Amino acid sequence: MSAVSEKNVPYILTAPGVLFFAALLGVPMVMTFLLSLHSYDFNTGIVRDWSFGNYVEVVTDEYFQKIFGRTFGLALLVTVLCVLVGVPEAYVLSRLSSRWRSVFLLVVLGPLLISVVVRTLGWALFFGGNGILTMISQSLGFGDEPVSLMFTFTGMTIALVHVLVPFMVIAVWASLQKIDPQCEDAAYSLGASKFTVLSRITLPQAMPGILSGCIIVFALTASAFATPAIIGGRRLKVVATAAYDEYLNTLNWPLGASIAVLLLIANVVIIISYNRLIERRFAKVFE
Amino acid sequence: MSFLKLESLHKKFGDFVAVQDMTLDIERGEFISLLGPSGCGKTTTLQMLAGLLNPTSGKIVLNNEDITSTPPNKRGLGIVFQSYALFPHMSALDNVAFGLEMRGVGKTERLDKARQALEQVKLAQFVERFPKDMSGGQRQRVALARALVISPPVLLLDEPLSNLDAKLREEMRIELRLLQQEIGVTTILVTHDQEEALSLSDRIVVMQQGNVSQIAAPLDLYERPHNTFVSDFVGKTNLLLGKTVNASEVMVADTKVKVPVTDFEPGSSITLSIRPEKIHMTDDNSGHEIRVEAAIFLGAHWLYRVTGSMGELFVTQPNTGSAGFRRGDKAWLNWDQNALTLFQDRAS
Repeated sequence: MSAVSEKNVPYILTAPGVLFFAALLGVPMVMTFLLSLHSYDFNTGIVRDWSFGNYVEVVTDEYFQKIFGRTFGLALLVTVLCVLVGVPEAYVLSRLSSRWRSVFLLVVLGPLLISVVVRTLGWALFFGGNGILTMISQSLGFGDEPVSLMFTFTGMTIALVHVLVPFMVIAVWASLQKIDPQCEDAAYSLGASKFTVLSRITLPQAMPGILSGCIIVFALTASAFATPAIIGGRRLKVVATAAYDEYLNTLNWPLGASIAVLLLIANVVIIISYNRLIERRFAKVFE
Repeated sequence: MSFLKLESLHKKFGDFVAVQDMTLDIERGEFISLLGPSGCGKTTTLQMLAGLLNPTSGKIVLNNEDITSTPPNKRGLGIVFQSYALFPHMSALDNVAFGLEMRGVGKTERLDKARQALEQVKLAQFVERFPKDMSGGQRQRVALARALVISPPVLLLDEPLSNLDAKLREEMRIELRLLQQEIGVTTILVTHDQEEALSLSDRIVVMQQGNVSQIAAPLDLYERPHNTFVSDFVGKTNLLLGKTVNASEVMVADTKVKVPVTDFEPGSSITLSIRPEKIHMTDDNSGHEIRVEAAIFLGAHWLYRVTGSMGELFVTQPNTGSAGFRRGDKAWLNWDQNALTLFQDRAS
């Protein structure tokens, strides 16, 4: 059995993985893309013709432009908030004694341990017109008007930050772990104040973690479905819920497919160009 | 009045006593080494000097000023850390200029000074390099330049050479000593490497389990150790258990050995120390008879393990170009009795 030449070994070894992804990821993606090139008729259903008509519709229609704008606006806002919450959180976490650290790590990771539907419905109970938020506001004397964050951009943002902060914390924490603790001592000994050490020594070294955390949070928000679907509902559609509605409500599968493909392309373009930017900026400093 | 004084410093971590009653007077421009095995408290002492740890009790006085509770960023001491602790996101030049920036030195002036400091450690062409693109030796020099550029009253070195390979370490030792003498900065080195301490220091502080075992100049320490710990830790030695017979003779196993006159009571238990290189080995049938058990060629000299009526001994002989003794050879040992040291404590 010397038929297998050494050159082919890597291909043979990776073949199972390639087949797995080709069958379960590649084929559906290609099918979705092909589907998006068909058109749809309200009487006869999917028409097997070939055109970029759906893409033109999505790109030119103000309705879809607004949805795309809202989605990436939301992704940007959630990312910024996750940085503001997650970075200090990771820093505090890295300074705790190991016993408290494992306790708080569990707290931080909590949202990820709960089913997305349960967690989001929890937020719905909290945000709803007769929910806990209203009760608190009323008992604090802000009037009897019910306070509701359901179907609002604010509500959606809060719920998404809640579940995505852990990804930021873990990414930043990992890069904080890599910092030589003597580095901070060295800066102190050279006369730096605590604040200077934080801003000039610690934070710049945590930057790769912050930036990769941003990519994760941005991508997950831009393609988030369950939270926007429940908190945002039909009033505040994002790209993922819009695609879902095209598929299941209007039954215009080709249009839904083209929305999904456009979301994928937009996400990939944004993340790759962002990555390029970072690599150019930080390549000098970090391995 | 000494330049830097440690006055009965104590440091406890819970119940563990890391440093006990450390008292040390250091003169301006002196090179002092804290030498000891790991866990002896040498690094703890250095960290208390640097201000990174607070002593449990005791005082640190620098230039007549009590700095015991001064925070590290107000002490102005130069420190070279074991890992070098360079800022990975800054070039060599920015690393060195950082301390000057913290002192409010203007941009052009501090970059000029940083450049000079890097020239001083022979890194003039590497100013724009980042730490990850430098070799261990180069990083070490940057760390040294960064500590020296702020003109510190005291330079603290925490095992600065331990991460370098053997050859580079020896080169850096010489350079470090020359640089220190040229600048004249008071320097305290922490090390577990006795050769490093011997070759660099004016005085060596040998520490053991939080206590000072002996403070002495290198030659003194090597020739006149105070106890078996120092004699065994500094250099190599043969430690032999025995009993005194009279003021100038001891029994080791069944062999009577002449020793320098001592004031031990006859019959007291002692440890006899004799350094391997102080023994002369011949084949002319006079002296202490032994058999060669192992012969190892080390280039500059031979190392022999021999056994005789005194027990097992290590002997080193300079390589004179001819073949040495072989395993199984019979030979005779001679030594100057003044090369023997007696300790009252027993070797463990």
